[in-house]
Amino acid sequence: MSKLNVSSLDSLRNKILKKRKKDKTIVTICGGTGCHAYGCMELAEAFKAEVRARKLTNRVEVRTTGCHGFCERGPIVVIQPQEIFYQRVKGSDIDEIFDLTILQNKLVDRLLYVDSASGEKIVEEKNVPFYKLQKRIIFGNNGFIDPTDIEDYIALDGYRALAKVLEGMTPEDVIAEIEKAGLRGRGGAGFPTGKKWEICRGYKADQKYIICNADEGDPGAYMDRSLLEGNPHSVIEGMIIGAYAIGATEGYIYVRMEYPLAVKNITQALEDARRMGLLGDSILGSKFSLDIHVFKGAGAFVSGEETSLMASIEGRRAFPRQKPPFPAEQGLWGKPTNINNVETWANVPVILSKGAAWFGKIGTRKSKGTKIFSLVGKINNTGLVEVPMGMTLREIIFDIGGGIKDGKKFKAVQTGGPSGGCIPADMLDSPIDFDTLNKAGSMMGSGGMIVMDEDTCMVDVARYFLHFTQEESCGKCVPCRIGNRQLVDILTRITKGEGKAEDLKTLRSLASTIKSGSLCGLGQTAPNPVLTTMRYFEDEYIAHIEKQSCPALVCKDLIVYFIEPDKCVGCLLCIKSCPVDAISGERREVHVIDQELCIKCGACLDVCPAKVGAVSKYTGKKKTAVLKKSVKREKP
Amino acid sequence: MGKIPKSEHNDRRELIHLLHDIQEKHGYIPPEAIFVIARKLRITESEIYGVLTFYKGFSLTPRGKHLVTICMGTACHVRGAPRILDEFSRRLNIEPGKTTEDKQFTLETVNCVGACALGPIAITDGKYQGQLKTTDVAKLVDGIRDGDAEGS
Repeated sequence: MSKLNVSSLDSLRNKILKKRKKDKTIVTICGGTGCHAYGCMELAEAFKAEVRARKLTNRVEVRTTGCHGFCERGPIVVIQPQEIFYQRVKGSDIDEIFDLTILQNKLVDRLLYVDSASGEKIVEEKNVPFYKLQKRIIFGNNGFIDPTDIEDYIALDGYRALAKVLEGMTPEDVIAEIEKAGLRGRGGAGFPTGKKWEICRGYKADQKYIICNADEGDPGAYMDRSLLEGNPHSVIEGMIIGAYAIGATEGYIYVRMEYPLAVKNITQALEDARRMGLLGDSILGSKFSLDIHVFKGAGAFVSGEETSLMASIEGRRAFPRQKPPFPAEQGLWGKPTNINNVETWANVPVILSKGAAWFGKIGTRKSKGTKIFSLVGKINNTGLVEVPMGMTLREIIFDIGGGIKDGKKFKAVQTGGPSGGCIPADMLDSPIDFDTLNKAGSMMGSGGMIVMDEDTCMVDVARYFLHFTQEESCGKCVPCRIGNRQLVDILTRITKGEGKAEDLKTLRSLASTIKSGSLCGLGQTAPNPVLTTMRYFEDEYIAHIEKQSCPALVCKDLIVYFIEPDKCVGCLLCIKSCPVDAISGERREVHVIDQELCIKCGACLDVCPAKVGAVSKYTGKKKTAVLKKSVKREKP
Repeated sequence: MGKIPKSEHNDRRELIHLLHDIQEKHGYIPPEAIFVIARKLRITESEIYGVLTFYKGFSLTPRGKHLVTICMGTACHVRGAPRILDEFSRRLNIEPGKTTEDKQFTLETVNCVGACALGPIAITDGKYQGQLKTTDVAKLVDGIRDGDAEGS
């Protein structure tokens, strides 16, 4: 294909739209990593085979699209143009979907989503409560786009914002528009994007760089991956516009190695863009040139920090360095560099095509636009949700997320990854934006929202995060390297019931030393999970320390498993499942756990039928009582 | 070992790409590769050691025939990933990060694979095994062993 220019881009778009027959039924299958894990690729192949077998190639098309976000219900199949939403589709459902839906336009009832509140079956994707309350301006096109087909993106007005910019806007105009929109960086700290660009534009240099930070390291956050996987051209278009604004001619996309599909899709998208003249020399026939490369990370959390990330691209250890000089002045190879996160870049084309005024109407006074969160953990509707800034946690967790799994009680939500904190139930009604989260002692981070229920131990969660940061600390700053290690050691002791009265004081003072004595964001924020859990859940710490009791029944050393004699029906299930043969008993007789042999793996609790419910966990005084009465397993 | 792949620049900026290529091809970084890279990129071997030991993605020892990776992301953690890891560790009789003596299994952890709806997750030889319970672990390990027995 010949290289595009501003006017031929429009005619190509018209050609694509014309080519696409309107009367065709399109079966879209979510191809995100979540659905991949459920086997969506095999499903897509089976659908394609069925189209061929039924000789329907003229009428039916099967497309694998970007992530739809509703991972809980995967594999997701949406039949277009009717927008019929089928969930948890299996290979054995394909025949029926063809017979009923595709050939007769009837519904396959059992594959529809059932609203748990009303019991009503919902047909269209947009009416499912999970989607209904979202505002999907960045993420919404994912479900309509085959990420490996650039024509799909162009058909949906893709690269139109870029054409508009190159045709009639100066770099200053672009920066002014972004600034007016009030876009703030989606990577965590929320720095105004327009301001960042302006600073970088202000430095004169023979070479400038732009970088897309796709080293999405926060566990439990995967919106950046889904954007790169599902709508890679939106990120590329944003980067080209950004490069034009600051005057960069070379760019990098730094992707985590743990995201193989994202690496694959973005690499192909770059090749396609280059082939069509959207990247490389004289983009769209203009005087502006830029090329972008993919850089695959190598598995280090700290490389998400901007100075570490640049060190990594340069082929060195991902060590952060002192700022200033900021990357805008001296970045990659000492040249002015502008780094933004994936979601930030994806916002850019939307702002330029719809206008700053439109964008500014979404969100709160100081946090404009939407934010994508990954809603995970003990939640009914796990998935990616895009909501206007300022929505309350309650709306996100209960209205969109469908509340807590298995009817349990909400305890806390963790935001901001290892740098963030745990927000308790009494703050559920606070609106979510950069500033309120900071005030709560947490942060926006990249948008992970891990929901925790009454069965989650907050001391254990703090220990989990500190263990994480301590392992990922690069070791450059002593307070971070050694201080975090001490925090983990103390927390581990507490979870083992060996806590001391002065531990809480020590934790607080260590935390403040680490925060003030570390160079980069990793160390400066590492103690946040400890500080917020101590602030909101101090009673749990005290229970562990003073009563050797874990109220959430999580910490292995503080609990026992016990079979209630009055409930046990003697079904042998737990005996068969116990990996260490610690349970004894005959059929129809009460089973007993030998506490000395028990490794507390929880297998007995998992297999004991819910209606029997004979296996309990005990902590504190009750645990001691169980241990006193425990008898050794009789050898058979 | 085979030839070092061609690269655009012959300097340090190629280091991580080269290490990725070698790791992918051999499953680890053989010591002799370091010598060759050092000459090619004109940097010292100690610098290469420094870089490759910094990143989790590179390993100096060969992995086992089967790779079991347990996701230790937050969502998996609160859904019981530590119990799954413990059980794999106990069944295979190795610590996380290690390889069994018969070189059949390597047990690793990963910070998050972002398939949180399926948590807790293990990835066995590239296949995602979701919503695991401790009782599933024995079946998975036996399944891999049986697959080998059938294949031989």
